[in-house]
Amino acid sequence: MIRDSIRGRAWKFGSNVSTDSIAPGRLISLRSNPKEYAKHVLEDTRPEFAGSVQKDDFIVADRNFGCGSSREIAPLIIKEAGVGAVLSKTFGRIFYRNAINNGMLLIECDTDRIEEGDELLVDVSDRVIRKANDPDFSMKFQLSEKEVKIISEGGLLNYIEKYNSLDI
Amino acid sequence: MGQTLVEKILSEKMGRLVHAGETIVVDVDFAALHDGSGPLLVRLMKERGYQEDPVFDPDRILFANEFGPVPTREVANEHALTRNYACSHRCHWEEGGTGHVHAHVYEEYLKCGSVCIVGDSHTTVHGAFGCFATGCGSTDMVAVTRYGKTWIKVPETFRINVTGKLPRGVYAKDIMLRLAGMIKSDQAIYKSLEFRGDTIESLSMAGRLTITSMGVDVGAKTAIMETDEHTKEFLAGFNREEDYREIKGDENAQYERMIGIDATALEPLVSCPHYVENVDLARNCGNQKVNMVFIGSCTNGRTEDLHVAAEILKGKKVAKGLRLLVIPNSVSVYKECMRDGTLLTLAEAGAIIEAPNCGPCMGVHQGIPGDNEVVVATQNRNFKGRMGNPTASIYLSSPATAAATALRGVITDPREVM
Repeated sequence: MIRDSIRGRAWKFGSNVSTDSIAPGRLISLRSNPKEYAKHVLEDTRPEFAGSVQKDDFIVADRNFGCGSSREIAPLIIKEAGVGAVLSKTFGRIFYRNAINNGMLLIECDTDRIEEGDELLVDVSDRVIRKANDPDFSMKFQLSEKEVKIISEGGLLNYIEKYNSLDI
Repeated sequence: MGQTLVEKILSEKMGRLVHAGETIVVDVDFAALHDGSGPLLVRLMKERGYQEDPVFDPDRILFANEFGPVPTREVANEHALTRNYACSHRCHWEEGGTGHVHAHVYEEYLKCGSVCIVGDSHTTVHGAFGCFATGCGSTDMVAVTRYGKTWIKVPETFRINVTGKLPRGVYAKDIMLRLAGMIKSDQAIYKSLEFRGDTIESLSMAGRLTITSMGVDVGAKTAIMETDEHTKEFLAGFNREEDYREIKGDENAQYERMIGIDATALEPLVSCPHYVENVDLARNCGNQKVNMVFIGSCTNGRTEDLHVAAEILKGKKVAKGLRLLVIPNSVSVYKECMRDGTLLTLAEAGAIIEAPNCGPCMGVHQGIPGDNEVVVATQNRNFKGRMGNPTASIYLSSPATAAATALRGVITDPREVM
């Protein structure tokens, strides 16, 4: 279930975007309803994001995206909002696990090289990012073997069902 | 070559030597979930048709609710969902209002040197008992609950040596805020923090738990300490001497970084909005007017913390127009502070005392700040919106700084009122 390529627009975010910013605790009543909750994704950081994000757009953060709590609703509503992948220099580790456990692609790369509004072409097969608006641009990235294995099955629980093992 | 504390615990569990960098599938000794992670776990179990399957060991799984008495109908229904699951599988179960999940775990179940996985980020707290303890989300917890196992990449270790006597007015929280200022919120991502040194040895379990709870807030996978007489005494207080064992570190392990903190040079600190790493001296923030003070959370809500606050507030009143919330960690803290008069002292000073819980730390209940208000809290996070209002500003501090601030109505270095 890893797609070969994804094309979308870059939405830039700063450092330390926490799970509290992604999925505010005050909206706890929406937790059982990711579709509704997704209408508020990241609203404290960029209020216009949830209403304008298009399918396959990218969240492009500085460092430590998804730091903070273990709430799995955070990556779930990013996925629900249609985001193609999240790019950041580093990720909060629980967010990282929660995201790949739900089949959501995260890419660690030098996000300083990407600008707000860039039209990105993420070639997942060749592990390279290009820009539709800048033909000279290309940036390689790596994916961990675990991330690829889990996302390829569509998440951790699918993986366990298929291989009957946690050895990833 | 010696081993880091984490390598030691995990090698013992695996029955072979393990090293930082390798991935293992490890048996979990104790697992817990709260009302953040529990309801999604139950929904996942149902979705996949696992809900009738047995759990790996009901005696080693706890479901504890932290929002309570429940703030909304939706939360009440979520509690019902997990209550039914926990009770029908004969797991341990705790209602909201009896303490946060971690207090239940370390007061009632946790054995020194074990592997503990909880569906909550502040699981790093249990490292104060020489445990490998880390948090995860509900999907990982489905695997833990069904199989009693999880996969872990053995982390590299930052060794944090804290040495010297803490000056008057300076506490464990100030050590951790100092570290956050040094390594920021992300340098320790995926790492283990091994806290050593005579200052750590001198701390009671209350102080040690304050430090390990915030391991995750500098990004770490786990935060761990040696065990000793303080650990033994704490467990004996709950008639659990048998859960003690000595966990000692090596001197010649391979550490990725060595970080020294001179405790004698520390002063009372605050983390300024909106990141834990924005650390400043409390005395530099003295003009900041404050609307609400919260003393509690899994970082600071233990008996010793409430004692410190009561000593500062005894015979005095909180500043007019400021509200002070005090929330004990657990029922045992609540009862102890009731018996020794601490809660009476705090109530006479004007504190609002609430049922043992997480309180407003994550912005669900028990004291949400108003628009543009300023809060001083002893919790672990001050992200924008953390306490339920994105227009509020949150400063983090020790209970002493929080109590001094409650008295004066502006951020106050506790040494000014002690």
